[in-house]
Amino acid sequence: MNASAPIKTASTHEPSGDAVDTRFTVPGMRCAGCIAKIERGLSKIDGVEAARVNFSAKRVAVHHHPALDDAVLVDALRKLGFEAQPVLANPLAKDDQETRQLLRALAVAGFGMMNIMLLSVSVWSGAGGVTRDLFHWLSALIALPVVAYSGRPFFSSALMALRYRRTNMDVPISIGVLLATALSVYETFIGGEHAYFDGAVMLLFFLLAGRALDATMRGRTRDGIGALLGRMGRSASVVQPDGSTRQTKVDDIQPGMMMIVAAGEALAADGVVEQGFGSIDNSMLTGESTPEPVSIGSTVHAGATNLFGPIHVRVTAVRDETAIAEIARLMDEAGQSRSRYVRIADRASRLYAPAVHSLAALAFVGWMIAGAGWHQSLVIAIAVLIITCPCAMGLAVPAAQVVASNTLIKHGLLVKDGSALERLAEVDVAIFDKTGTLTLGEPRVDVADLSETDRSIALALSQTSRHPISRGITKSLLAAGVSPSVLKNVSETPGSGIAGECAGTPVFLGRPADAGEQMEVELRVGEEGSRLALSDPLRTDVAETIDELRGCNIDAAILSGDASQAVAQVATELGLDAQGSFEPRDKLAEIERIKSEGHLPLMVGDGLNDGPALAAAHASIAPGTASDASQQAADAVFIGERLMPVALAIRVARSTMRIVRQNFTFAIGYNVLAVPLALAGLVTPLIAAVAMSLSSLVVVANSLRLSRSIR
Amino acid sequence: MTGLLLLIPIALGLGMFGLAMFFWAMRDGQFEDLDGAANRILIDDEDGDGEKKP
Repeated sequence: MNASAPIKTASTHEPSGDAVDTRFTVPGMRCAGCIAKIERGLSKIDGVEAARVNFSAKRVAVHHHPALDDAVLVDALRKLGFEAQPVLANPLAKDDQETRQLLRALAVAGFGMMNIMLLSVSVWSGAGGVTRDLFHWLSALIALPVVAYSGRPFFSSALMALRYRRTNMDVPISIGVLLATALSVYETFIGGEHAYFDGAVMLLFFLLAGRALDATMRGRTRDGIGALLGRMGRSASVVQPDGSTRQTKVDDIQPGMMMIVAAGEALAADGVVEQGFGSIDNSMLTGESTPEPVSIGSTVHAGATNLFGPIHVRVTAVRDETAIAEIARLMDEAGQSRSRYVRIADRASRLYAPAVHSLAALAFVGWMIAGAGWHQSLVIAIAVLIITCPCAMGLAVPAAQVVASNTLIKHGLLVKDGSALERLAEVDVAIFDKTGTLTLGEPRVDVADLSETDRSIALALSQTSRHPISRGITKSLLAAGVSPSVLKNVSETPGSGIAGECAGTPVFLGRPADAGEQMEVELRVGEEGSRLALSDPLRTDVAETIDELRGCNIDAAILSGDASQAVAQVATELGLDAQGSFEPRDKLAEIERIKSEGHLPLMVGDGLNDGPALAAAHASIAPGTASDASQQAADAVFIGERLMPVALAIRVARSTMRIVRQNFTFAIGYNVLAVPLALAGLVTPLIAAVAMSLSSLVVVANSLRLSRSIR
Repeated sequence: MTGLLLLIPIALGLGMFGLAMFFWAMRDGQFEDLDGAANRILIDDEDGDGEKKP
């Protein structure tokens, strides 16, 4: 019970009628403790009426007073230890709607199927005369609304296909269901012996189960990816003529305007810095994690994040003219080839639908010639349509893919949809980006040389800053099991470091006075100073992953935007081919070249500069730390510091396709047995119902085997 | 036959009831956060003494 009631705040303010809801994505929540911490922590804030965590979607919905700013809540969440981003009202509402629609249709079909079956069983077991007629009428009464409601997804899709003079799986399904229903109504009218209402509704039920599975799979992973998304600047504070500032949406920003970008904010347009200095995090554009110093006159690009005190930027380019938009255009064009990919179920139905239709037509003509009369010929033709209706085929693909995608989620890999799984299974070359993909993409320090107290002080200092280097140091120290010491008077100086006081001793963490080429940070405690070397280490299991890929007959290579020398070093370490200093356009060209040689490349990359290549490759995977655009372009996203999910994805995708092919083989085998029966006119509604459920059950059971074959 | 007149409406009514409950549950958001519900059982009540250990 406590699970469903929103946790109310204990604060004393009056509940106001005009409170608003704001949603935040909080990717960091992992356990029950996090739920309690977030809900209780937020409820204590003045103005917050209730906070409710959705753990599956990694979101928190806050019901609060309209005067309370989002920034305050984000800040409060950070103090609780969670990174958070406000999300738009409900960006996924439309897809969600589709899933719900399918589930409702499935529920209605299930209800109809069970009740009609109840009536049918008594007809099959010998009810005759008035009882049979009554039961047929009752079945018709249930079946007609059920078919009208639950059949809509298929009818509309079939209509759409026919309008474009194409055929898909839904065309034979719709024709089969509609004809079977129409014939059954006629039979009921004339008091005939057989009505196929049960077959028609059962068909809808099994097919809807397949559709609903497919939609839920997409919904689940999209929720996961949605939780990672949403970091790009969507508005900016623009200085007005009277000197005040106003939040302006991206679309309303014009070149020549002056925007003030606060620390931690993402830039919404390209521009030139006119006031202030500091550094910006360009990783969204370049994938390079080292912050770039900026001062008056520097050019900055939309998508970059300002790390220190506010800078004033004169806007030079907006929307379509920004550097980011150019990359987006390349991605758009590159993604075209993928949208032409035809999924295996549709490929099968291209062969299947004409075969089924001509068989049914032949049955009708054949029996007419044999002199069976048009009524019996029609019954037989419809029996052929029902028995061949791709019940098992409709489940063959989604059942296996849902099992695979659920298994992959448990291993930290979110696959966006079934088409992605199919393409992942086909790749034969893997191309990796370096920074952020093979490496962690954030600086780490070696803390082995530091004393216990120094470590605690370093952590206390680093955790107050949002600078990427500080975050890296914090992570390294937390990984070493350090707990922070208590500091006073902590202050951060942009471009220099963080200073504070520990038990009367001045302490400092930041850039050494004589900073050279080598990336280093200095920790000073009193008079004593020590140096920490920064590095961007390779993910721990890169070598194993590459081996595992080789085991799947996939060769790997590196394609990086970094300087050739740095790339060559990593390449020799791993024994891979590598090319460096690639522009986004070059990466795209290289992918196109590989494709033109007849290979099917897998691209693994994180930066926006990988975006076009990710979109162009046959399949692509991005790490969870990648830029939004890259995650959008990729087919799958892996979370965490290990690279192994990439190899696992390929392995699982391949075994999934093996199961899918088995399912298809079975479905075809079933048809080979069932169609002669139908053609011979031996199929009664009873046989149709039994055959249909049996074949569907076998396919689902075979798919469930998949979860056991993957550890 | 008279039994059927009673039993069939009952069977249909029960089915309709189940269907209505499912629709209600979907609209009410009962399926929104399945993992969360599993985790919430582990949260201690706020005003209970958190120190108590078995």
